[in-house]
Amino acid sequence: MPLEIEFQKSLREFTLDVSFHGGDEPLAVLGPSGSGKTMLLRVIAGLERPDRGRIALNGRVVFDAARHIHVPARERRVGVLFQHYALFPHRTARENIAFGLHQLALAEREARVKELAQRVHVTGLESRFPGELSGGEQQRVALARALAIQPEALLLDEALTALDTHLRSQVEQQLQETLDTFDGPALLVTHNIEEAYRLGRKLLVLTRGKIAAFGDKEEIFRHPPSVEVARLTGCKNFSRARAISSTEIEALDWGCRLRVPDVSGKTVNHVGIRAHHLDFVEAHDRTGANENVFPCWLARSSETPFRITLFLHLQTPPTSTTPPHLQAEVFKEKWARFRNSPLPWHIRLSPESLLLFPD
Amino acid sequence: MDWSPLWISLATSLLATAITLVAGLTAAVWRENRTGPGVALADGILLLPLVLPPTVVGFLLLLLFGRNGPLGHLLMKFGAVVVFSWPATIVAAAVVAFPLMYLTARGALEQVDPHILEAARTLGASEWRVLREVALPLAWPGVLAGLVLSFARALGEFGATLMFAGDIPGRTETIPLAIYFAVESGEMRRAFIWCGIDLAVSFLLLTALYRWTKARTPWRARWMSQDAA
Repeated sequence: MPLEIEFQKSLREFTLDVSFHGGDEPLAVLGPSGSGKTMLLRVIAGLERPDRGRIALNGRVVFDAARHIHVPARERRVGVLFQHYALFPHRTARENIAFGLHQLALAEREARVKELAQRVHVTGLESRFPGELSGGEQQRVALARALAIQPEALLLDEALTALDTHLRSQVEQQLQETLDTFDGPALLVTHNIEEAYRLGRKLLVLTRGKIAAFGDKEEIFRHPPSVEVARLTGCKNFSRARAISSTEIEALDWGCRLRVPDVSGKTVNHVGIRAHHLDFVEAHDRTGANENVFPCWLARSSETPFRITLFLHLQTPPTSTTPPHLQAEVFKEKWARFRNSPLPWHIRLSPESLLLFPD
Repeated sequence: MDWSPLWISLATSLLATAITLVAGLTAAVWRENRTGPGVALADGILLLPLVLPPTVVGFLLLLLFGRNGPLGHLLMKFGAVVVFSWPATIVAAAVVAFPLMYLTARGALEQVDPHILEAARTLGASEWRVLREVALPLAWPGVLAGLVLSFARALGEFGATLMFAGDIPGRTETIPLAIYFAVESGEMRRAFIWCGIDLAVSFLLLTALYRWTKARTPWRARWMSQDAA
């Protein structure tokens, strides 16, 4: 395997304890701040030394506590894109990119820099100092600098976080392009769910130093293994739950019974549903025997330019003391269709959209 | 008029500053990322010349380099006597100026973003290359401040020099000593002239140093102006 990682390192608040193997596809590492994801990158890059374990990159052992192997960062050939890029402010873009190529002959070095600048689209900016580049340009120069050493692996720490929103999607596309052409394992650390989903092929969810989920990203988003993973992948609605029969559960916090796909033999202690999976059922659709449809009242709402989040109270009108049960996210076009219809509205928690958790 | 105090002062301060630069930087680099009781003790010793009165420093140097002192004894074997000689003025000035260089260099190195140094390491740079090509150039404005302070301190050094090097006209008499003895013997005019020369020398050297640094760090103004924007 290109990436064999298994180590423990005790940190101030918890122990970072990870064990996973990865291939050449981009792996997104998702976790809240302080979950140890940056430390994971630092350990792989050789900037931190774990207490125990073994790390191999493309078959080369770079750390093995039992055999007292600890290859220092400068000999690991791991490309790192730091969160704020860490460009050398006193060197031009060209000199930054060429920093890792100083053992090459001048002509060859210049050719490589030119090729790298083209690859990350910073041609023409080579003579500028980092201070004269925009955030996106700095990010690309830093990427070219990391790629220059022909790294065994590429590690990106919050590569897009420092950028303005309007720049981010463009830079992200170029990053995607680079990742597609990069031949080797790439790890992208991020706390942004959408970024993780778009850039990673596989996903690793880290919470307090432990791997909470690891695998195919679609699978983790569709069937998060725990409440925590669901929450970290953006699920907003949770309720304690207990099974009533093999096809029915009671959602204790929502005060309703829900029909579910077969749960026989499974423990169900929590149920969840993503905000955009809540279906508003209009009156004329309600004629049939629709399962999991409940009356709801609007407690409050919060708008973004294109979508609206509705905080809903199930079964009874909201009072000032009870928090809303659910939040639903709908496009404003759809919202415009039922916003003026009288309360209660009706909402459907379709059995296929329900997430069931054993924890 | 005898110009020797000017040449002695200039040579002494420049050499002392050069020694301080190397020693101060070395100590600051050594001190970086080190902790423990030994380091705290070393820190105390390194900073001692800053808190001790110069006369005490001069006296200690006399003991150290004297005929029966450990260093003096060692140097005697090579036929060298430092006490009351021109090199003594350099030693006195360097010792007194050292803590200023060490402190400012340490501060300047600590100010360098550690991620930038780590980036250099991941790009295959040896620790020496990280220091020479990244840490020191970035710490340079701070190091320069230390250089200026050290030079000013060395140029103004009086107490330790008098104790350790004495006042030998044409050999150890620096400008501050010349002023002191001019005033003492009532030659006010001579004292005035030396004060004026001291002022001019300090001003010229500081200006030159400042210009040189600005020319050496063109990236800095742009980096700073971007931060301000």
